[in-house]
Amino acid sequence: MEQNFLYNWFGDGVITYALLVTIPLVFLLIYALVAILGELKIASWVQDRLGPMRTGWKGVLQPLAEVIKLLQKEDIVPDAANKPLFNLAPYVMFTGAFGAFAAMPFAFNFVPAHLNVGLFYIFAIGAFSVIGIVMGGWASNNKYSLLGAMRGVSQMVSYEIPIALAILAIAALAGSLDLQEIINQQGGGFWNWNIFGGYGSFWKILVIPFTLSLFVIHFVGGLAETNRIPFDIPEGESEIVAGYHTEYSGMKFAMFFFAEYANMFTVSAIIAICFLGGWQSPFGDFLNQPAMQAFWFISKACFLVFVQIWLRWTLPRLRVDQLMYVSWKVMTPLAFVCFVAIAVWSMLR
Amino acid sequence: MNWYNIVFYLFALIVLVSAAGVVFSRKMMYAAFSLLFTFFGVAGLYVLLNADFIAVTQIMVYIGGILILIIFGVMLTSKFTDLEIKSGTTGTVQYVLAGISTIIVAAALIIMYLNVDWVQNPVPELESTVKPIGILLMTKYFLAFQVAAILLLLAFIGAAKIARRK
Repeated sequence: MEQNFLYNWFGDGVITYALLVTIPLVFLLIYALVAILGELKIASWVQDRLGPMRTGWKGVLQPLAEVIKLLQKEDIVPDAANKPLFNLAPYVMFTGAFGAFAAMPFAFNFVPAHLNVGLFYIFAIGAFSVIGIVMGGWASNNKYSLLGAMRGVSQMVSYEIPIALAILAIAALAGSLDLQEIINQQGGGFWNWNIFGGYGSFWKILVIPFTLSLFVIHFVGGLAETNRIPFDIPEGESEIVAGYHTEYSGMKFAMFFFAEYANMFTVSAIIAICFLGGWQSPFGDFLNQPAMQAFWFISKACFLVFVQIWLRWTLPRLRVDQLMYVSWKVMTPLAFVCFVAIAVWSMLR
Repeated sequence: MNWYNIVFYLFALIVLVSAAGVVFSRKMMYAAFSLLFTFFGVAGLYVLLNADFIAVTQIMVYIGGILILIIFGVMLTSKFTDLEIKSGTTGTVQYVLAGISTIIVAAALIIMYLNVDWVQNPVPELESTVKPIGILLMTKYFLAFQVAAILLLLAFIGAAKIARRK
């Protein structure tokens, strides 16, 4: 297997490990700033206004201003809150969000930790975010927080099932849980991506409807996992103030916020890896050098993040019963059908 | 001390400290959240044992499923969340008996540990544990696999039935 290029440059030592941890973190910080700006600007354009215009050229420095504002804010801990858990929750939440980046394949020679079970790992580590939400919601000792946390957990647990089925189908199609292996199989042009049935002969056209609907199921489930509109019931402002992070301020709130953006990227990245060919160039071997691969991977994921933001400012919020209906009665059976069809196909091809 | 040992002792420390937290904390909620770190530490130990699939399954099943269930159970019985856990009937007799039996068990374990000639077989390094596990589940342990599946299906139907009765 191809080595991580950092091992070739710095050897198998402390420097390499430190860089392996730092590079994704720095990437995450920069990405979060860009995503905040994107959120502000896209929201404004959707609503036919200009958005932030005064900080820097066309307001591009707005996210920096927001971060500085959050850093300066007073860190309030409510008197009746459970202090140790209240302080711990943002870190647990962020651990879950950042943990996924350990197995994120940015290019064919750069993945922080090359795991044989990478797909499963990224899916599983999200559990920390769920725990973080419960911890924050319960420790705040506020009924809105508790309601938000309970809604968040029930939503995330129910939407894990269609996503798990989608991931299972991809594992069956690729015959592997190794992210690099899954991506390798999707090489050679965009018609070999799993969204179009993966590699195969002409008859893969039969399986395309199933992979396409799995892609949609996975994306919708991803929206619910990250608590984005139309699934932002855990933070529904009109009902429960701000949900599980009602009582948080300053840097701790920023960490929740940050974890949400990191989760958005993680979900988009998994979809990009499973269905859109990960770091593979859409044009086969053309423009498929490592640096370009990182570019393709990040732009595919960022495009999906853009769609999430776009949807957020377009759709209204679902009701709780509609939410459960969509998950259990629509997405789960559909995902089962797709899974069986794809499993049969991957045995026959 | 190489990296492997340092990481091993780190995870072992996490497991022991948080397990002590589960047992000794006076609040149910602290015990439930301490369990998070215990499960995490055990997953780390699995990784060190080259059992990557088991490690991820540990996180998936225990942290993502069972722990959330436990926390929900504690949270929904809100009368007990802030209750101090104390056992009222512990007297001298119980302490003495418990102390004696603990010492006997500990002594037995230590003697056994010192007297057994531990052999460490060289293990062939596996590329991936997923494939062997899958093959074994579909051949040698097929019956157990199917029985577990039927058990889970029964539990699923039972849960749906209980939830439906209003």
